[in-house]
Parts: sequence; C-alpha cells; structure tokens
Amino acid sequence: MSAKPTVPGKSASRPLSPFMIGPYYRPQLTSMLSITHRLTGISLALGTIFVAIWVTAAASGAEAYAVFSSYAHSIVGYLLLVAYSWALLYHLCNGIRHLFWDTGRGFELKAAYASGKAVIAASVLLTILVWVAALAA
Amino acid sequence: MAQLTLPENSKIDRTAGKQHKAPAGAKNIRIFKIYRYDPDTQANPRVDSYEVDMDSCGPMVLDALIKIKNEIDSSLTFRRSCREGICGSCAMNIDGTNTLACTKSCDEVKGDVKIYPLPHMPVVKDLVPDLTHFYAQYASVEPWLKTDTPAPTRERLQSEEDRAKLDGLYECILCACCTTSCPSYWWNGDRYLGPAVLMASYRWLVDSRDEATGERLDQLEDPFKLYRCHTIMNCAKTCPKGLNPAKAIAETKKMLIERKG
Repeated sequence: MSAKPTVPGKSASRPLSPFMIGPYYRPQLTSMLSITHRLTGISLALGTIFVAIWVTAAASGAEAYAVFSSYAHSIVGYLLLVAYSWALLYHLCNGIRHLFWDTGRGFELKAAYASGKAVIAASVLLTILVWVAALAA
Repeated sequence: MAQLTLPENSKIDRTAGKQHKAPAGAKNIRIFKIYRYDPDTQANPRVDSYEVDMDSCGPMVLDALIKIKNEIDSSLTFRRSCREGICGSCAMNIDGTNTLACTKSCDEVKGDVKIYPLPHMPVVKDLVPDLTHFYAQYASVEPWLKTDTPAPTRERLQSEEDRAKLDGLYECILCACCTTSCPSYWWNGDRYLGPAVLMASYRWLVDSRDEATGERLDQLEDPFKLYRCHTIMNCAKTCPKGLNPAKAIAETKKMLIERKG
C-alpha cells in the first residue's frame, strides 16, 4: 500500500500524457506547413554548402567546374537542385505569409487555410516555371 | 530541446488494456478507447476499451463517459461540471484534437472514439491532467483591472467601440484545449505562456479602462513568454469556443513593436 502522493503540483512521478502529432494529435494543414517552413529553412542552410562548393568550383577554373557540373547534371544532382529550388520558393512564399501575419492580418481560420493552400500552389508553380526557364535556356 | 517521445513511465502499455463488452442484446454498439492511469499502482498507463450501447446513451462524448462510469466501470476518472460548454472542466483529447467532451457529438467521430487527457501534461489520474502550472501562468499575467487613478464615484465607463475590442477575448473559459494543442507549449511550456494565457493577457492589454498597459508589455518582453508563438494555429483550430488566440498573440507582438516607435 505505497500510494504515491497526489498533491497538486507534485508532478515528478506523474506520467506525461501522449502528445505526438500523428498518433495522438491530428496533423492540420497549418501545423504541417509550419513544420515544413522549419524543415525547408534547415535544408536551405545545408544547401548553402552546395552553393559554396559551386562558387568555389567556378573560381577554381574550368577543370574544377567541369567536375562539379558533371555531378550537378546527374539524376541525383537534378533531384537535389529541384528540391533545393522548391525549398527556397516555399520558404519565400510562406515567409511572405508570415509577413502578413506580422501585420495582424489573415488569422481567421478560413484565411489561414486559404493562404496556406496558396503557398503550396505558388511554390510548386514557381518551381515548375524556374525549371522550364532553366531547361529552355 | 524538443522532446519527441514519452518518458519511460508514461509509455502506454498496449498489453494491459482491459476490454469491457456491451451487454447481450445491444444493437447499436460503439467502442470507446480511453486512456487509463492509476496513481495507486506503479503500472504504466494503458488504454481500456468500452463497448457502449448507443441506443441507451446520450449524443455527446460526455454522455458516453458518464454512462461508462455509471454502468460499466466506476473507476473511470474525469472532470465535468456544467455539461454545456461553459465551465471548461471536461476538456480532453478526443479523436486527435482537444475539445470539450460535453459539446463534442459522438456522431462527429468516425470509427472508435479515442479519448486521451489533454496532451503533454502531467496526469493525476485517467483523463485528469494537473493544471497547476497552467493556472500559475494565468495568475502571472495579473488578469484583473489595474489602475493608478483614484476610483471614480461610479463604474469606469467605456465606449461601445472600446467594449467591442473585448469581444472574442472575454469568452475564453480557460479549458486549456488551445494551450495543450500547441507544439511550442509542449517543448517550452515551462517558460512560454501559451495561447490561453497570452489571450487573457491581451484581453487586459486592449481594455480601455486598464492603466497598466506598459507594465504588462514589459512583463511579456522576453524571448520565451511571448515569442515562442510561431503561428502554428493549432490553438485557433482546436478552440471549442471558436476563439482565436493566435490573432491575440499577433496583436500583442504588434503592440510591443509599436511601442518602440
């Protein structure tokens, strides 16, 4: 009979209630776009390393640049570049959404959902546009 | 650092759940899967499953909980009082979102009705979370009218426009659905005040009769108390009263910026 004390505030021995998004908390468009904003931000920081390698290769002469270029023109290279460009455009579009929020606008659920869907559509469309332009050039 | 899994003592023991069958002859059965934790044992939490005959049960999730407690398992523990969405006692996680059991219809839920306590809170027993810290945070924003001027001989008057600024704020019943739906609050709840408390704070910041606006803003000017809001919007989505704490937080941030000039 060693009942633990249940004094309010003495929570050390108490279990923590389940919280994880997915199994216990339903994912929502707004929360998913929020975590995507973070993930694209992290990806862009990592992608900057590749941008630095690209610039360094260009500065190191034609031979070095040809090596970089051959990697960039591989299938994996293209996939990474498409992902990077989408991440950049998503982060940009959602960043603009955040700027509107910072002015106190667009907080009604309907507006927040509409702007969220607009960000998804805009980031995909802009990525397609960028690649159509890039491959045509 | 964001905590992504439950501590050892909080993991749900999937083998320990008890099954409670409906009485023979019940035709309209629904299964309620309910989080159980008994502080008197050393056992981890479990999920019990209850078959409820909906032909003899009221329409709301709270009706089912009360029926279970009355007729199937009297040890099931939950808070409830008004049964009409004004006291906030029966706030819990139903079907993956936080809401009031008394205003959530069983028909709104597809499949089995899964019921957990409010997320990422210390559990006292079953569906009863420990709200001590939440209430302490509420007290910390001094949610009352503060004035320096001498008390007038009658009420402190307010124009209709100024009164209208409190609409959408004063209706909060402090059920903690929003605060416990907020991932920022899960990770930083020790220092981040969370949506409910920040909306309560804003309710006094915009009150034309309150004279402590500067002092209140000073209190919020902190990397954690206010600025852990990242506009995830789970708060506004889950609020059973249809309020929008995210907007109140944005307005508070605006007030801080405007004050800097």
